[in-house]
Amino acid sequence: MNKPFAITLDVRSSLANHTGMWRSERPVYTAGLPPCQHACPAGEHVQAWLYAAEDGSYESAWRRLVQDNPFPAVMGRVCYHPCETACNRAELDSAVGINSVERFLGDRAIDAGWRLPDAAPATGRRVLVVGAGPCGLSAAYQLRRLGHEVHVHDAGEEPGGMMRHGIPTFRLPRDVLDIEIARLADLGVTFCMNSKVTDLRETMRAGGFDAALIAIGAQLSRRAYLPAGQASRVLDALSVLGSVADGERPGLGRAVVVYGGGNTAMDAARTARRLGADDAVVVYRRTQAQMPADRQELDEALAEGVRIKWLRTIAAVGEGSLTLEKMTLDEAGLPQPTGEFEELAGDAVVLALGQDVDRSLLDTVPGLRVVDGVIEVDEAMMTGSPGVFAGGDAVPTDRSVTHSIGHGRRAAVAIDSWLRRQDPPAQRQERDPVPYSGLNTWYYSDAPRSVRPRLEAARRTDTFGEVVGGLDEDTALFEARRCLSCGNCFGCDNCLGVCPDNAVIKLDGANHYAIDLDYCKGCGLCAAECPCGAIEMVPEES
Amino acid sequence: MTQTAKFYQVGSRAVGNRLLPLDQRTEQANPERRNALTSGHRACQGCGEALAARYVLDAAAHAVGGRLVTVNATGCLEVFSTPYPESAWQLPWLHSVFANAASVASGVAAGLRTTGRGDIRVLAQGGDGGTVDIGFACLSGMFERNDDVLYVCYDNQAYMNTGVQRSGATPGGARTATTEAVGAEPGNLFGIGKDAARIAIAHDIPYVATATVAELHDLEAKVRKAMSIRGARYLHVLVPCPLGWGSATSETVRLARLAQRSGLFPVIEAEGGVVTSALPIRGRVPVEEYLRPQRRYAHLFRGEGRPDLVARVQRLADQNIVRYGLLDEES
Ligand SMILES: Cc1cc2nc3c(=O)[nH]c(=O)nc-3n(C[C@H](O)[C@H](O)[C@H](O)COP(=O)(O)OP(=O)(O)OC[C@H]3O[C@@H](n4cnc5c(N)ncnc54)[C@H](O)[C@@H]3O)c2cc1C
Ligand SMILES: Cc1ncc(C[n+]2csc(CCOP(=O)(O)OP(=O)(O)O)c2C)c(N)n1
Ligand code: SF4
Ligand code: SF4
Ligand code: SF4
Repeated sequence: MNKPFAITLDVRSSLANHTGMWRSERPVYTAGLPPCQHACPAGEHVQAWLYAAEDGSYESAWRRLVQDNPFPAVMGRVCYHPCETACNRAELDSAVGINSVERFLGDRAIDAGWRLPDAAPATGRRVLVVGAGPCGLSAAYQLRRLGHEVHVHDAGEEPGGMMRHGIPTFRLPRDVLDIEIARLADLGVTFCMNSKVTDLRETMRAGGFDAALIAIGAQLSRRAYLPAGQASRVLDALSVLGSVADGERPGLGRAVVVYGGGNTAMDAARTARRLGADDAVVVYRRTQAQMPADRQELDEALAEGVRIKWLRTIAAVGEGSLTLEKMTLDEAGLPQPTGEFEELAGDAVVLALGQDVDRSLLDTVPGLRVVDGVIEVDEAMMTGSPGVFAGGDAVPTDRSVTHSIGHGRRAAVAIDSWLRRQDPPAQRQERDPVPYSGLNTWYYSDAPRSVRPRLEAARRTDTFGEVVGGLDEDTALFEARRCLSCGNCFGCDNCLGVCPDNAVIKLDGANHYAIDLDYCKGCGLCAAECPCGAIEMVPEES
Repeated sequence: MTQTAKFYQVGSRAVGNRLLPLDQRTEQANPERRNALTSGHRACQGCGEALAARYVLDAAAHAVGGRLVTVNATGCLEVFSTPYPESAWQLPWLHSVFANAASVASGVAAGLRTTGRGDIRVLAQGGDGGTVDIGFACLSGMFERNDDVLYVCYDNQAYMNTGVQRSGATPGGARTATTEAVGAEPGNLFGIGKDAARIAIAHDIPYVATATVAELHDLEAKVRKAMSIRGARYLHVLVPCPLGWGSATSETVRLARLAQRSGLFPVIEAEGGVVTSALPIRGRVPVEEYLRPQRRYAHLFRGEGRPDLVARVQRLADQNIVRYGLLDEES
């Protein structure tokens, strides 16, 4: 008798019994749409690069990130991070500090000298990009990667657009910007600076370009008529910020009034403080709730001693002082004058009332339509002029670096199809992002959000040095690991463990799993116990 | 502020975790796990008992280098795993009758010892009926003699194999085939039945523990500890049963978790007759959250419901929380 110890009967293994036949539903591994990715205007695959960062593979994380956005170090400083607003973790304790991890990766890449992947073999196609702001640069990067020859023409001396001429250095140090832009030159993007395009079709013809992208931003400061005496100084925010960015230190006086309620107003007021103003006052016609400025920008400004006058308009500007009119909100929430006035000291008034798109170039492009002051584009970012695309602040959009980068990427994809005489890739079917309720949050550990170091408020007003610091490596790793991995397997082995029928197989010892349908009875335990909702139960066809 | 990244999203709460050192993952995350109870068994979809048996035996076999024999009482676990000529067991396995698993295991242990094979360890297992009722005398004897056996009771709170009859482990208020949801006190009576773990502790045996299928790290640690000790040991595992409890097949683990989080099922450890640890409740829930998804309690919520009976169940949970200090180190 040659039988195993303690076994007396001839047996067959139960493996002969295919209990998978009982099943009416089968588990399927899915990759859901994480809310962060859904919310990112640049289209970053946030969960995917956080996943890579979680095991310390910072370079792979950075490489995943730059597939969608070539400027992580810039973005990790200036993005208003709608991803964090959407992050599911906010419901558990607080959102993942996506933006601070992004900055960590961006800075790591700079320190380590990581290079962008090489361009694809040359296609022989040439694309003209007008404007070296984030939109133009993002498009140039994507087009270059695809192997096209890309020439970026910009009227300015150096590339960067508002990232260079608008955003103050205390939020975005220029060496960071320079390095990230220099990578595009290394990749083979041709920069033609000091070259304002005045006739698009002519420039395209002369340069033999097959397509063009208009990414000229909104460069014209909006003015307001202010009855002003001779001596008073009325400036616009963009020229003040632009000259400071160029290294000048214009004296604005001791009391500076900034007119407007957006981010530009905040930057102008914070800059005024650094230029020596004892009192920097923002005058805004509406209330805080209606203010377009990012909450964090407002907080930083307040921390630096900037004062805000809500519900006020400037009625007149005199010498060393100005007259404000108090406003009140009507039922529709619109500010209405009250006829009540007050005086405010002010040596200079800085207007930050928004920007308009310069039409002079646009009017040279046949077929291109301008509606409400911005360029009309279709789904694929193409204007009414075939082969001419547009994006960034010059088209209808929320105006931000992040949106512009997203436009640039989308336009590049569409231009690429256009060059290859193909239809632009079909808009991906809108999927719903994975909801918080789709997670089994029991499994996640409590972990409070990390906070970035900040320059002490008292020390900020005498330096243009960076205010917000980066996370150290341990903290960045911790923060990355707070990600719940919404809708995407992160290799926790729960499914492998909880199946009463051993029907989950781990492939290659790696974090890939499969269902053994010979034995899966379709109980749904694996799906229910997957922390991140990466398994879906789908009915079997009978 | 510097944070040290010592955890990975799920810390050590999940089965594995790709970033946890291998030795801190569970045996179930080991791609080479034994699968002591393999696929093709005929347990219901989502069976908690099948799940727990594999959890326990894989961990026990791993702890003793595979030198393990198991003795099984009659019950679902035996019936669904061995319809002749099929067996789902991938380790030496013996079945005799309903009542005597503990005695057979004692005999196997004695036989192994006298033939000089004391390195082979013995694990007896059975359902709650086989353990707290019909096999109870044999079990108590095994405890008293301090026989070198780990006895594991998979508690699905009724005689499931024969059609959900009440056992000494059926909780108050639960409907079974023999405690129907009729009359003034529908379902099982309150105040009867047995708390097998406490009875085992009262035998002053070297090791007694309770566990659930929802806390795998805890369960495996207890099995490992039990296998490191010689003498009589008892492990009582709560295993939800979708059929008998009237719950969704996908809810098996969640219900076990809610049983612990409500305080109804205290997860504890005792050595030599003294309680030495209790798993603190993380996120306490009212018993109602645990009872509602189970059809065996549907009569407590139908129409106007029976808040008085739900309150009685809640009192039992509250008592456990006090008895074992389950909220002391709430984390
Ligand atoms: C003060 C300020 C602060 C801001 N802060 C933030 C922030 O913190 N975060 C954020 O996300 N967004 C911020 N923004 C908004 C953001 O900077 C813009 O939305 C973004 O830069 C727009 O990108 P763009 O590529 O469309 O255009 P731009 O950045 O405006 O670049 C356009 C470029 O086109 C060039 N150009 C224009 N016309 C021609 C022509 N005819 N020929 C050749 N070149 C031409 C210009 O010289 C310029 O370089 C801020 C804006 C301002 C003004
Ligand atoms: C002496 C004896 N009485 C009755 C039975 C019938 N019987 C077989 S299994 C079973 C119920 C087992 O219940 P339990 O031990 O709780 O295990 P479960 O099936 O619930 O896992 C019964 C009553 C039997 N096999 N032997
Ligand atoms: S938890 Fe992670 S995957 Fe989910 S939304 Fe937040 S960052 Fe994205
Ligand atoms: S736990 Fe197992 S049996 Fe249940 S659905 Fe998942 S793979 Fe199938
Ligand atoms: S349970 Fe864990 S391992 Fe399985 S799919 Fe979900 S995240 Fe991945």
